Amino acid sequence: MYVYDQVDRNLVAERVEQYRDQVRRFLAGELTEDEFRPLRLQNGLYIQRFAPMLRVAIPYGLLSAAQLRMLAHIARHYDRGYGHFSTRQNIQYNWPRLEDSPDILADLASVEMHAIQTSGNCVRNITSDELAGIAPDEIVDPRPLCEILRQWSTFHPEFSFLPRKFKIAVNGSVEDRSATAFHDIGLYVRRAPNGELGLRVLVGGGMGRTPIVGVVIREFLPWQHMMSYVECILRVYNRYGRRDNIYKARIKILVKALGPEEFARQVEEEWTLVKNGPGTLTEEELKRVSAYFPAPDYRPRPEDEGELTRRIAESRGFARWAGRAVRPHRIPGYRAVVLSLKKTGVAPGDATAEQMDQVADWSERFGFGEIRVSHEQNLILPDVRAGDLFALWEEARQAGLATPNLGLLTDIIACPGGDFCSLANAKSIPIAEAIQRRFDDLDYLHDIGELNLNISGCMNSCGHHHAGHIGILGVDKDGEEWYQVSIGGADGSDAGHGRSAIGKVIGPSFKAEDMPDVVSRLVEIYLEKREAGEHFVDTVERLGIALFKAGVYGTPARTKKGPIERVVTDA
Amino acid sequence: MPEIIRGGSVVADDWQILRPAPAISMAEIEIPAGRVVVPLALWLERHTGLIARGDVGVWLAGADDPSSIAPWLQQLPVVAVDFPKFTDGRGYSVAYLLRSRFGYRGELRAIGDVLPDQLFFMRRVGFDAFAVRPDKDIRQALHSLQPFSDAYQGSWDNAVPAFRRHVRAWPVPHGN
Repeated sequence: MYVYDQVDRNLVAERVEQYRDQVRRFLAGELTEDEFRPLRLQNGLYIQRFAPMLRVAIPYGLLSAAQLRMLAHIARHYDRGYGHFSTRQNIQYNWPRLEDSPDILADLASVEMHAIQTSGNCVRNITSDELAGIAPDEIVDPRPLCEILRQWSTFHPEFSFLPRKFKIAVNGSVEDRSATAFHDIGLYVRRAPNGELGLRVLVGGGMGRTPIVGVVIREFLPWQHMMSYVECILRVYNRYGRRDNIYKARIKILVKALGPEEFARQVEEEWTLVKNGPGTLTEEELKRVSAYFPAPDYRPRPEDEGELTRRIAESRGFARWAGRAVRPHRIPGYRAVVLSLKKTGVAPGDATAEQMDQVADWSERFGFGEIRVSHEQNLILPDVRAGDLFALWEEARQAGLATPNLGLLTDIIACPGGDFCSLANAKSIPIAEAIQRRFDDLDYLHDIGELNLNISGCMNSCGHHHAGHIGILGVDKDGEEWYQVSIGGADGSDAGHGRSAIGKVIGPSFKAEDMPDVVSRLVEIYLEKREAGEHFVDTVERLGIALFKAGVYGTPARTKKGPIERVVTDA
Repeated sequence: MPEIIRGGSVVADDWQILRPAPAISMAEIEIPAGRVVVPLALWLERHTGLIARGDVGVWLAGADDPSSIAPWLQQLPVVAVDFPKFTDGRGYSVAYLLRSRFGYRGELRAIGDVLPDQLFFMRRVGFDAFAVRPDKDIRQALHSLQPFSDAYQGSWDNAVPAFRRHVRAWPVPHGN
């Protein structure tokens, strides 16, 4: 992975000192709360319901063992022994002290990490495919371009006070594992028929109050121009994006107001004036950064595949886990393993310091000391030998990280919600848990198959509810917590056959205690109506939402208590 | 006399910023004698009578198009860009364009809600004078001009990004 050189080290160290001074001035009363707010936000520090929250960047989801151990240390030393992995490949600490935050940043800097621009109206952490570099369907490894963009966007002098936050995702595989179309800028790394490297450029995607799937403004941008083109998009946005209304300030609103064609025209016009300038990426720099992402020294053992097959045949539990958590690898004899942070009773995405340390150890014993973080809020060991999977499974089970639910209904994406977040209208975590408890029968869960269930505690959509096959949104009705349900959303991944779509609301919202019944009812209708090979979201797409709506509102689901009768299907 | 940061130090400043009430018509505004910086709209309407004075500068708002002042940029003694709120970042693009696209080389001054922690960004996009908000310690603010020893990306102060300026490190080959 990328290793800091002197330039990177200096900048991050100087940032820590700059922030330390800002905190000092704030505590001394030299900075007002309003003046300090953007400064602390651009260093990842929010003021939350009970305490500050510190959001640490995990650039494009990549961690070394040493970095993960440091995250564990921070959880233990400055927090309450755990951290929350977010949908943006960040980790959040819910209980740090403001006074400690400069020391936390200094600790992070010692392992080449930071919290720079993890919040605030600036370019945020660049996100990407958690299987970058190892996925069999990869076209181009996006990590070097992500790192180059990370550097380019860090302390950008022109774009540090944008109308609103700005998120960029880069995906280089056939499958979109980054929800790319839901970003302010989405970049698909591609090769032209002649082999030339380039980018398909989307703008104006996003969730929030006005969910929109991004639109392509350029089919193919040669790689050398990545930064100058992004600069032009940001300049048009910085100048013309709305600043009068926080809810209309994202780039998607500007793109919508101008129309994608006009927006693209303005970007292209700007670009003709800046392209081929000194910001043009050089072959040398791309090669240099790419050299930090070499294929590790893979040494597949010929006997491993046989060993794996034998273990699968012998152990039903292992087979079930392997069928969900083990992902294909481009090197035969190796696999990627997804460690589920979705055990029932644990807030989705939360990991304890002990678990982090353990994952760091496994990454060294069962790999090359590297860990990935996915936008589904799970951890990935990227390079596990097929013959080691059984041993890893046994240890992961002990550690509570082997719930065999990856991609299934209980692999719930959820924001911290009203238990922690001061923006939330409603709680997310107890809803996730109640649904997980309802679907505790593994056979049933596996029969239901691929289903993304996403929960956000408010319109800010940190839990990606718009892109959930089933999306749940916490709403406030006269001071009470209610939940609005949408179906048919899709994040661009294979689970929705590549579609990127916004879910449709099925009707009036529900009380918290009704949510397991509502989800049960939606699932029952799917199981009744599905055709062979259809995922939940496909059935919704084929039949429309009316049938599901009638099924939910037309039955006593809202008042039904006790166990739901399960529908037996022969599918 | 008010003070500003210019050329990296705190100096006395006798430029007066003219901020007419929004409703008033440009023709009616009384322009004081002496060094004065007028809003773009006023300049566009009355520049013929002002240009000979030599002591009239122009300030732009974030929404103003920097190209509209382009014809006079070589003759203006000072151009300012207003930050109505420090969180309103349009002025950074306006300044960058005045410098890089329209070739302005005179004094470019940040006015309005100018706080110490913005000076680094402002300096990079082309500002060389900073009217730090009067309630802030302007001498203390000097320390905020250069918090970083380097910058990844190009801007007006140095258009060449770090990767072209330095021989940046390649990975050390693995091996035991």
